[in-house]
Amino acid sequence: MRVTINGQARDLPDGATVAAVVSQVTDAERGVAVALNEEVVPRAAWPTTPVRDADRVEILTAVQGG
Amino acid sequence: MNTTDASGPLVIAGREFGSRLIMGTGGAPSLHVLEEALIASGTELTTVAMRRVDPSMKGSVLELLERHGIGVLPNTAGCFTSGEAVMTARLAREALGTEWVKLEVVADEHTLLPDPVELLDAAERLVAEGFVVLPYTNDDPVLAQRLEQAGCAAVMPLGAPIGSGLGVRNPHNIELIVERAGVPVILDAGIGTASDAALAMELGCDAVLLATAVTRAHRPALMAAAMRSAVEGGRAARLAGRIPRRRLAQASSPFEGLAGTGA
Repeated sequence: MRVTINGQARDLPDGATVAAVVSQVTDAERGVAVALNEEVVPRAAWPTTPVRDADRVEILTAVQGG
Repeated sequence: MNTTDASGPLVIAGREFGSRLIMGTGGAPSLHVLEEALIASGTELTTVAMRRVDPSMKGSVLELLERHGIGVLPNTAGCFTSGEAVMTARLAREALGTEWVKLEVVADEHTLLPDPVELLDAAERLVAEGFVVLPYTNDDPVLAQRLEQAGCAAVMPLGAPIGSGLGVRNPHNIELIVERAGVPVILDAGIGTASDAALAMELGCDAVLLATAVTRAHRPALMAAAMRSAVEGGRAARLAGRIPRRRLAQASSPFEGLAGTGA
């Protein structure tokens, strides 16, 4: 399936979870949040939340600003 | 109370801060320079932005703040609509474990001025979701009141556009906002140098939020120390009560008892 992660299209195996997607992008244990199709997914739900074809995943963290 | 004491804490939503200088972290040439500046500023609350994870990025501003016991205040910088700002605030709450948010909803990239319609809408939605909302707003006394009525924990009027260093362009409006506010007023944006920060405090603001004036100064840590002194000085002057302005001179030495000149 094809999923958009932080604006970039990626191919993922069917059945991939949010937790699997995050681990591809960062190994940070804290300070990271995920939105799946504009809905926040709480960290505790990452391992059980499936990602589906054409989903949009945003993975954000705090940076210098403001 | 000691006659020279101006040290009362800043209280926002029941949380006390010894420092009345809130810092931003944008614009610093490195994390090391930022760290030195934050320490020199004495700040206890500092903003960060929420952005896509960049795997190549080294060092973490969060770790820096944690190391020094500085509270983190996520912002919604870069948002142009209420919907974007609400989404960003929710992600910040999830990532950082804080309900506090500096709400920024700007109208365009050239002025970065707040969009009052989107701002008020986002404030209402975030307050309803339990956020402690600190909105970056125009220096508009009416909008400031509307934001307070919406349940914001403070109002943060701009002195001048973000990063402009133009100082407090409309001191009268800032005074009006202060006079009518029941929540802390924090002068946010436009500060260029120490006298601007002192003026904001003399006008009655409860705190000052700044970043660029320090992070892009030739010597950031030294400017941070200057800002710290300016905020403290301005606060003390406000509490002390300035003398009224007069059109003509008022002698500070008596005229009686002048030496005779034989004239």
